Amino acid sequence: MTQPSSVSPNDNYPTKTDFSKNILSLLRSDENITRLFVIMLVILISMSIARPEVFPTLQNFQSMAFQCSEIGILALGIMLTMITGGIDLSVNAIANLAGITAGLILTNMAPAGSTPETITLAIILAIVAALLVGLICGAFNGFLITRIGISPILATLGTMTLFSGLTIGITKGTGIFGIPEFQFLGNGDFFKIPIPFIIFIVMAIFISILLNRTTLGMRLYLIGTNPVASKFSGVDNRNVLLRVYALSGLLSSIAGIVILARTNSANADYGGSYVLMAILIAVLGGVDVAGGFGKISGMLLGLFSLQFLSTGLNMLLAEYRGANFFKIFSWGFLLIAIMVINYLSAQRKMKVKTKHIG
Amino acid sequence: MIKRLFKKTEFIVALTTIGLSLIIGMINPTFFSLATVFDTLRSGTVVGIFALGTMIVIISGGIDLSFTAIAIFSLYVTTKLMLAWQYSGSVVLMYIIAAAIGTLLGLINAWLISSFKLPTMIATLGTQSLIQGFMLFFIDSQYIRNIPDGMDKFAKAQWFVTDVGGGPAKTSLHPGVLIFFALVIVVWFILKRTMIGRGIYALGGSREAAERTGFDTKGITVFIYAFVGFLAGIGGMTFGAYAREANPFALVGTEMDVIAAVVLGGTAITGGRGTVIGTLLGVLLVTIMKNSLILIGIPSAWQKVVIGIILIIGTGIPAYRSLTAKKQLNVDLAEQS
Repeated sequence: MTQPSSVSPNDNYPTKTDFSKNILSLLRSDENITRLFVIMLVILISMSIARPEVFPTLQNFQSMAFQCSEIGILALGIMLTMITGGIDLSVNAIANLAGITAGLILTNMAPAGSTPETITLAIILAIVAALLVGLICGAFNGFLITRIGISPILATLGTMTLFSGLTIGITKGTGIFGIPEFQFLGNGDFFKIPIPFIIFIVMAIFISILLNRTTLGMRLYLIGTNPVASKFSGVDNRNVLLRVYALSGLLSSIAGIVILARTNSANADYGGSYVLMAILIAVLGGVDVAGGFGKISGMLLGLFSLQFLSTGLNMLLAEYRGANFFKIFSWGFLLIAIMVINYLSAQRKMKVKTKHIG
Repeated sequence: MIKRLFKKTEFIVALTTIGLSLIIGMINPTFFSLATVFDTLRSGTVVGIFALGTMIVIISGGIDLSFTAIAIFSLYVTTKLMLAWQYSGSVVLMYIIAAAIGTLLGLINAWLISSFKLPTMIATLGTQSLIQGFMLFFIDSQYIRNIPDGMDKFAKAQWFVTDVGGGPAKTSLHPGVLIFFALVIVVWFILKRTMIGRGIYALGGSREAAERTGFDTKGITVFIYAFVGFLAGIGGMTFGAYAREANPFALVGTEMDVIAAVVLGGTAITGGRGTVIGTLLGVLLVTIMKNSLILIGIPSAWQKVVIGIILIIGTGIPAYRSLTAKKQLNVDLAEQS
């Protein structure tokens, strides 16, 4: 929408030297981010006031960090593809397929009573295999989009059906379990910070560096803003897109590994609503569906706002039947409200501008 | 002539459908029966009604993810109202109320999209959660199996009751199919014979050009989303009548199946192109595929894989053709200059 110069690679990248100043300047530079930050704070504070004994506690923040990691990793992948003007609807299907792959290797290679060496080997092998599945699935999406020319939404719609079909076929529709030794990845913590959350943050930092500090990142924005212009300025669009979808697949498989480790199970139906939620988070965070715009900072704020809202509402409405359903309602409301506010403020700015010119 | 025929997506979809039917029939001859025709028509009805609306939106260059939520909302609220009023008359009144509710909900989409210029995918993604969440939390989330009498009577209606192979089993056609065919004619008429229809195609081809030609793009947008809501209301009601229940958790999440059928039928996802015949063929293909894979011995666990592959091939062939056509055009242009 209105983020200025998001094409320049070094824009607003917070450095260690003066972090707080950078955050302030980041907030000032981008109205959408400011607005999101305020919304997040309002939700955080009002929930803390409404439920002071349960909401603002270490335990609650830990559990929220656990909950938002999987969806956060998926949202990173979707966000990358949305910045290029595309979309990846198959993230959740890839996550489940990768989770199944890892689960099968774990249970077959290291049944109960195996030696620690076998277990370690099985875990390494399972992770590598899952990542490989994600990479191949993502590259297949990229192939369909760049070499065959199917539009991203249709290509990933087809592969979503294909991948979740594979998962159903392999498992015959039932679930697959992991092994207890694998669960440290999903349920463990490191200095009270849940490990899934650490994985998510590491990925977010990695993607943020990719977007802001590398040529690939710059080209991604360029393709999303104007694919023809990027082609004529010498960017190999097809190659860049292929890598973006492969990366999205890889991120999805990481989410799949986290899901397997956290729930100790994998099945074809897990997280059916995750795709829509991940799109919601990306859009909430200021990613333009038409492509060209989107920042990790915005996406993080979007994710945290949604998580605070969901958890808070669950606490507030605990005594009502179907508190979960109010959550669905509030997500839709939030998404539309943010989009309308963004539009209105862009309109106002335009008016001011034209006045100056006139 | 033949070459031109092959360039038409509709023709290829028709060929695929015939080919698939022949293969299924060869493996399992029971496929060629009146029962299959009636079953296909019946199970294609609801998807077909939704597909008509989805086609209109996609032709106009947009996409609608909220029609399933609108459909289930219309069905559920109408059924609740009827039970509350203890109304046991004809199902026609239920259809009218459901269509009205659907239209109203469609107008929310229309308002968001035309007044605030929200991208259609985002607006309808938002209204999908909004509408479903509103119904489940503020209205109710219980299954209704004890449906009103009028609806029950309609659900059990049968036409052309025919014996199957001499046994006691009988097959019949449900009159709900008639509603579908009536809507097909209405949509065909709107698209081909009215200014609004021309405007829908123009909007999808190029909004800018449509505006400059003098089309009331805002009015057309409002019409599109209100009409899709109307169709969703009728589709939802039919869905409920077929299932003989009002399940508030049904339908939402299946919107991609409908979009797939429409796109397989040759409607361009980029807008501006699409026909009623193509959509009908797309719906037919998807319905036969879903109903009959089991007949040819594909285990149900692997059916989704087959559907995924057909979906990828079905969207891949026209995409690859236009990709190579574009390349050829570039080569031609380069040679000329």
